Amino acid sequence: MTLASVLFYFFATIAVAGGVLMVTRKNPVHAVLFLVLNFAGVAGVYLVLNAQFIAVVQIIVYAGAIMVLFLFVIMLLKLGGEESVFARQPFVKTLSIVIAALIGAQLTYVFFFAAPDKGTMVDMETGVYPGTVKAIAETLYTKYLLPFEAVGFTLVAATVGALVIGKKKLED
Amino acid sequence: MLETYLPILLTFAAAVGFAVVATFSSEWFGPQTPNPEKHSTYESGVKPLGTTKDRVSIKYYMVAMLFIIFDLEVVFVYPWATEFGTLFGEHGVAAFWSMMIFLIVFEFGYLYAYKKGGFKWA
Repeated sequence: MTLASVLFYFFATIAVAGGVLMVTRKNPVHAVLFLVLNFAGVAGVYLVLNAQFIAVVQIIVYAGAIMVLFLFVIMLLKLGGEESVFARQPFVKTLSIVIAALIGAQLTYVFFFAAPDKGTMVDMETGVYPGTVKAIAETLYTKYLLPFEAVGFTLVAATVGALVIGKKKLED
Repeated sequence: MLETYLPILLTFAAAVGFAVVATFSSEWFGPQTPNPEKHSTYESGVKPLGTTKDRVSIKYYMVAMLFIIFDLEVVFVYPWATEFGTLFGEHGVAAFWSMMIFLIVFEFGYLYAYKKGGFKWA
């Protein structure tokens, strides 16, 4: 087994364990913390796949910002003494098992039957080049300069929107 | 290729090792003389009242939302910062100003938030 596959199984185990622990926790804050672990594992898998930018964004945005939002939503909602959604609506459990089985079947088909060798035949160095930090930097600040500057305006709009909606009274 | 990540792995191992040692070393090496008073929330303090899972103020959420926006800004600065040497070699000062224009535009959002009291606790 190569180093890459050892690392892949290591990070994949972390991600899967984090995911399983997340959905089985009763305390929502613990669930969020295991989701952070899951995101960290997924970031490791991205790194093994040579997608450094996605790995960094996964850590910065998902494990950082999105998780902060999740935690704050939980803190704002006062979750406690929550009845299981399965206890209230038994058909939801059946439905979720069916959906999970369908997704599982689809993934099994894609991984093992659809094109078993095509996916692995791609040379990793060239195959993932468009997703690397270098490739993004080369195009984002040159070819896609205008959309990039437009993102600045979008973020300003987001700041203004967040303040207008979330703030009770704006100062002058 | 993956071997180049060895320094990161070492840093990560050091971080995890420090966290584990700092958390558990007092339990491993310190003498254990437990008694009920020690295990209460505050030794010779007030007994906790009510639940800790109370709702918190929406003000915290404002902080979180502003944090996300600045976090997204970091995502755009990151490839520029790591590849600036190459970009500067190819495009000269244009590479510098491409980010500066973005940051100047973005700073208007920051100024708006500052002016409207977005960073104030009220």
